[in-house]
Amino acid sequence: MSAFLRRFLRNRGAVAGFGILMLVVVVAIFAPLLYPTSPWMMVGRPLLVPFSDGQFPFGTDMLGRDIGAGLAYGARVSILISLTSTVVAVVIGVGIGAVAGYYGGVVDDFLMRVTEIFQTVPQLAMAVVLVAIFTPNIYSIVIAISIVSWPPVARLVRGEFLSLREREFIQAATVIGLKPLRIIFGQILPNAMSPIIVTASLMVATAILTESALSFLGLGDRNMMSWGFMIGAARTMLREAPLMSILPGCAILLTVLSINLIGEGLNDALNPQLRKKGGH
Amino acid sequence: MTQTDTILEISGLGVPLPSVGDRSHAITDVSLTLKRGEILCVVGESGSGKSISANTVMGLLPPGMSPDAGSVTFKGRSVLGLGEREMEALRGADISMIFQEPMSALNPTMKVGQQIMEVMEEHNRPADATARQKRMLELLGVVGLPDPESLQHVYPFRLSGGQRQRIVIAMALALEPSILIADEPTTALDVTTQAQILQLIRDIQASMGMAVLFITHDFGVVADIADRVAVMEKGRLVEMGTRDEVLDNPQHPYTRRLLAAVPHGRPRTDPVPKGAPILKVENLTKTYVTAGGFGRARRVVHAVQDVSFSLARGETLGIVGESGSGKSSIGKCLLKLQDIDGGRILFDGSDIAPLSPSAFRPMRRRIQMIFQDPFASLNPRHSIARILTEGPVAHGVPQSRAMDRARELMDLVQLDRSALERYPNEFSGGQRQRIGIARALALDPELIVADESVSALDVSVQAQVLELLDHIQRSTGVSMIFITHDLRVAAQICHNIGVMHQGRLVEYGPPAEILVNPSQEYTRRLIAAIPGRAQPH
Repeated sequence: MSAFLRRFLRNRGAVAGFGILMLVVVVAIFAPLLYPTSPWMMVGRPLLVPFSDGQFPFGTDMLGRDIGAGLAYGARVSILISLTSTVVAVVIGVGIGAVAGYYGGVVDDFLMRVTEIFQTVPQLAMAVVLVAIFTPNIYSIVIAISIVSWPPVARLVRGEFLSLREREFIQAATVIGLKPLRIIFGQILPNAMSPIIVTASLMVATAILTESALSFLGLGDRNMMSWGFMIGAARTMLREAPLMSILPGCAILLTVLSINLIGEGLNDALNPQLRKKGGH
Repeated sequence: MTQTDTILEISGLGVPLPSVGDRSHAITDVSLTLKRGEILCVVGESGSGKSISANTVMGLLPPGMSPDAGSVTFKGRSVLGLGEREMEALRGADISMIFQEPMSALNPTMKVGQQIMEVMEEHNRPADATARQKRMLELLGVVGLPDPESLQHVYPFRLSGGQRQRIVIAMALALEPSILIADEPTTALDVTTQAQILQLIRDIQASMGMAVLFITHDFGVVADIADRVAVMEKGRLVEMGTRDEVLDNPQHPYTRRLLAAVPHGRPRTDPVPKGAPILKVENLTKTYVTAGGFGRARRVVHAVQDVSFSLARGETLGIVGESGSGKSSIGKCLLKLQDIDGGRILFDGSDIAPLSPSAFRPMRRRIQMIFQDPFASLNPRHSIARILTEGPVAHGVPQSRAMDRARELMDLVQLDRSALERYPNEFSGGQRQRIGIARALALDPELIVADESVSALDVSVQAQVLELLDHIQRSTGVSMIFITHDLRVAAQICHNIGVMHQGRLVEYGPPAEILVNPSQEYTRRLIAAIPGRAQPH
């Protein structure tokens, strides 16, 4: 484990990404302390330009709501929705991929055709439809994002299982009489963890983007301030008050970028042999 | 110039290891001379530094390693100081190399003829494309491949291991190098194919008059091919002499140990234990069908055809054959790792073939397997203790009893008990194979199937593991099916031997009879291919 940490820390981009993400998480956790009033409250003069007023350093929007409060509470929504939807998607993806890869044959054919149906529909379009059907709230958003993002995990896990199940140590596990579930979860899955972790970290970033896009389209949770909603609300005033869109945009950009950097760092740290060019 | 001119001289060569391991240098103070037109064998176990020595000559050391002492002189010119550009000119043209694994040495997406010509193009010799084409066809003939005209258009995956190795040799010979370095070129091959490739290298060496530096761990091979022998142990040269000197009168104890480790092939003669058979196989048939697709015909391979034999309690049966003979398929069928297409497998009187996986699972305890690859057969993420106790626990043995048994097994397979806390990557190939044996024994089986369980090991380690298997079989009275390509090994530890050829059991009998008086032409070929038997030169 320490060797893994050392390899991860050697990657400067990953460390920087981790720093930014931690900052976002801290802001998200302490949002109610930083901004005790609701982000939906009109607290000041509308359209205060950011960085001009000491009381509202990030300015106010056209209704006089504090943009700083919006950013802080938006971080909560982004982190909450992206993490839960990724966990759900990984659980579904690992389950389906593991069963398809381990049993193969007809089971594999059936599950992969189902996966392909989900993969052929554009992710965002399907998410929009699902949220629209279930009425927008935090649960339907999490479910919609999970449903559109599990197929790549399933395919990845299936591929890993297909190659791992041919390995002699899996045959050995069969020979000593282990049951299939023990082989899947005790023997194969631990050996497939590294690519799953890397994919999951990148899925968190995609989930943030999907959630923002949904909110931008007005399909966010009505009770939760989110970055996508802020951009959507500000777009009508893009010429007059560009920073109103740009600030939440930067928040999305930095968070997604930091998660991607972490994902890349994890990939390098978990698969050290890929980094050595031309090595054996 | 005379035939005894020195063409390559390595003197006082030292290469340090990058990280501090059990020794500071991969090789220390190695001095060798290679003369024109001779075959010098460098012999040693894995980790003895024999491959590092060869790679230094070729300038092919892994990144982070470079020699810190000594010199390498090729035709009077120092090689060590040369830049990458100059080394490239030297490689292939003056010194070429063939490797152990013929598949990874060839580009899978390129036709073999093209690959041979590429070597010539790279060095622009001959400069004319049609001349290169002609030379390529000629080379395919030289390495004994049939029908060069059509074979040049074939991709590597269509060829057998032996044929691929011939292609690699053709590539190495393309520019008529003065030195050929062969790094364990036959280790990955069957005995019969090995015998053919050794013969080919000998013939080519004699007709082209080049010098060969031949690296091997097997003294049987040395006896077949060497003019002179250098023995390496732990990065140092411990003995050097002509073949007959070293083989007949070894001076260094390490050389003697290596020589003693070569399977002697003396047949086991104690009688087969009497009693009811534990296993009876009747008309076993297994066919593989690969699905056809665009432009591919459906391929049907009759891996096992109508094979019958029986095994008494306490008997060891050897199943011998080349790769593709169906011997491993039999092992997999017996353990129900794959379904069978016909016949019966009577284990202790009842047919296990039709049982469903869950119906067979309680019986698995009684039939165990020792696998071929010591590196792939242990889960890298599990401790040795977990590997040894998982099976018994799954069959209802309490964890504490399983742990006690695991400790006993460590003693039995001669590993330290502290090994239980460690993970597979901390062990050598031989040690891992001992762990694999302990895993099979943990369930107190009545039948053990050992599938090529010693063939991935160095000869010296192989001898130790064989001795262990023999000891365990004799002391516990477990029945064993020993699958191998090596007739010598089978003869040593088996009561009876079955010879497999193209899916059929062609010969069956006690080893003394089979070795001395084989009834089948194929068995005679297998016996003739045993290294160290053929009369060189």
